[in-house]
Amino acid sequence: MAVKSAMVIAGSFAIGMGVTAMGARADEIRIGFIAPITGPFAQAGKDMVNGWEMYSDEIKNDFAGATIKFILEDDQAKPPVGVLKAEKLIRQDKVHIIIGGVLASTGYALAPVSTREKTVYIAPVAAADDLTQREADKYPYFVRTGWTSSQPTHPFGEWACEQGYKRIVAIAADYAFGYETVGGFQRTFEECGGKIIQKIWPPLGTIDFGPFIPTIKQDADAIFTLMVGPMSLQFPKQLAAAGNKKPVIGGGTSYDEFTLPSMGDEVIGHVSVLQYSAALDTPKNAAFVTKYREKYGKVPSYFSETTYTTGLMIHAVLKQSGGKWPGTEEFVKLISDVKVDAVRGPVSLDDMRNPVHNIYVKRVEKKKMFGYDKEELWNTVIKTYPNVSQFWKFGKAEFLKQPVYSRDFPPCKFCE
Amino acid sequence: MASRTKVIAVAGVLLALALIAPLSNSFVILLITRGLILAILAMSLDILLGFTGLPSLGQAAYLGMGAYLTAILATKFNFGLGWSFWVVILLGILLGAATAAFFGLFAIRASGVYFLMITLALGQCVWGLAYRWNSMTGGDNGINLPGRPAFAIQLSSDVAYFYVVFGFFVISLLMLYILVQSPFGRSLEGIREREVRMRTLGYNTWLHKYLAFVIAGGFGGLAGVLWAHANGHVSPEDVVLTTSVDALLMVVLGGSGTLVGGAIGAGVVLFLREYLSTLVAWWQYVLGGVYILTILYLPDGLMGLSARVRRWGIAFAKPEDEKETGSLAR
Repeated sequence: MAVKSAMVIAGSFAIGMGVTAMGARADEIRIGFIAPITGPFAQAGKDMVNGWEMYSDEIKNDFAGATIKFILEDDQAKPPVGVLKAEKLIRQDKVHIIIGGVLASTGYALAPVSTREKTVYIAPVAAADDLTQREADKYPYFVRTGWTSSQPTHPFGEWACEQGYKRIVAIAADYAFGYETVGGFQRTFEECGGKIIQKIWPPLGTIDFGPFIPTIKQDADAIFTLMVGPMSLQFPKQLAAAGNKKPVIGGGTSYDEFTLPSMGDEVIGHVSVLQYSAALDTPKNAAFVTKYREKYGKVPSYFSETTYTTGLMIHAVLKQSGGKWPGTEEFVKLISDVKVDAVRGPVSLDDMRNPVHNIYVKRVEKKKMFGYDKEELWNTVIKTYPNVSQFWKFGKAEFLKQPVYSRDFPPCKFCE
Repeated sequence: MASRTKVIAVAGVLLALALIAPLSNSFVILLITRGLILAILAMSLDILLGFTGLPSLGQAAYLGMGAYLTAILATKFNFGLGWSFWVVILLGILLGAATAAFFGLFAIRASGVYFLMITLALGQCVWGLAYRWNSMTGGDNGINLPGRPAFAIQLSSDVAYFYVVFGFFVISLLMLYILVQSPFGRSLEGIREREVRMRTLGYNTWLHKYLAFVIAGGFGGLAGVLWAHANGHVSPEDVVLTTSVDALLMVVLGGSGTLVGGAIGAGVVLFLREYLSTLVAWWQYVLGGVYILTILYLPDGLMGLSARVRRWGIAFAKPEDEKETGSLAR
């Protein structure tokens, strides 16, 4: 008797389990993640993967009932490889969403694939301006959760004027991201009375700046730099070795958190601008940094924050759709209206699907933060520009009338 | 006789490929299409490396020329997206050949390592052009093509495009085969074996080498046009030194001086790099291992495999044979 009732109980329990398991079985959503896992940008790629993984682990891969199948592909930061990997993810793995790409050029290469294959492409890092500006119409399934290259440097130009800088030399990596970052800075800086007196373009991946540093004009008030990957480590070192005494300011990637710990004291006092800083003094960020550091043994960079926030935004969409895949077009529509309180601050998308978020001006300082007992280099936030859109104060229509920032635009009127 | 079996074997494999490829999944079709294009490039290099003995490290330059020509004509002049696709093919071949004709003036003077270095430098010039000439090439961003050509057939269909590329591959293979079988091809082999003797015999070896260089450039240009439309995107990364090195490795891996070897090498490298890499993270070790093993044990490449196996077979079989004959005698 006892045995029988035990069996009944066990049986009903098993049935109950089966039913709940069935009920919870919402969609499996497949996400293809493209990031450089090998090559000079591997560090950035790793941070991107970590950020996503951390969010997914935090919610135990329960995106409002949906489980996400995460498929990682290595693009070695080469656009043609990225295109092939995207084709593989879409055709073979039948992913719903592609996330990734580090370089602006990868973004430009992947966006047409998303249009061709009618698949959502989310760019958490690739910052090529035109993808959400003049060419946005061509890429209806493209969404950005990161930034446009010129977005942080627009306010930064005004900030430079406020510091009393009049004449600035720009030295930046020779590719689209460099042109657009410098372009945004030049435009606003010259509108408030500053002058860019020289532009120097070392090739992407330069690690010996010997031929470039001596050409920097000696009568400049400050140096604006835009370095990426391994370049960011070498440039300040060699600049200091050359005896530079001028203030150095720059785009955010010049002082990324993943290179900052390896930098020397020569970068103390350098000022850069970005939508995130690991030293952002908010409870949310303190928790994020502490947890991230515990898990991965290093400070998160904006690469980690942006994929973490991407997870948050996708989660928000799936909450609305009840854990079901809403379809490509509907997904893009839903994510366009998402507003999240992210680690970097409030984030929403404008009508061209580019984030509107805070921009932080940050100074490298050596100090203790978040209760760590060692003195370290941190990007201390010294000024916040709230809710900055990719069009800054210019207004969308007026902004889109000008050509995209390039090597020759804005023209270097004051170059000597 | 042996050569006839080989021809039949190659024809059989090609036929099987043409029949099977369209049935595979759409990503595999894309890979095979790419493989065939790289095979054309590798075969063009084999004319230099395998038949003339000129190790060129700049073959990507011609691929780049063809690819950029296609992309620039398509985006700036809206040309080459209909029937004019065939004109672009022709222009691509001509541009590749013309570039090679120009580069050849510098490169053919040298031989051995010096030839390697000059072709490397010239190849990098094309890369530099692609990377720095922003207004024309889009610089680091490269160029996105508006779409594949459409005339009587829609090439946007991957299967249709596969057949076009397949057709060009077969034609290239045939033409190059005829070329190497011709007296001209024989004279190239003569130059490879002993250039001084050929010169003594009255051959203008410089001209022969120059012509081989130009022809290889033409086929490289063809591969470039097809490459641009296969990817829908052209980037300086396509023209980079690694592409040239890859082409060289494909030829060596497959077996230089065999034409088909280049195609096999292209297939193996592409499969390992693009397909295996999606399965396992340590694919680079496999690729490296394959290269090293080939060089150590198969100096004639994969094409030399059967001959080598036969030789091993004989070596192993010998004592057995003796035993057998012994037993028979008893």
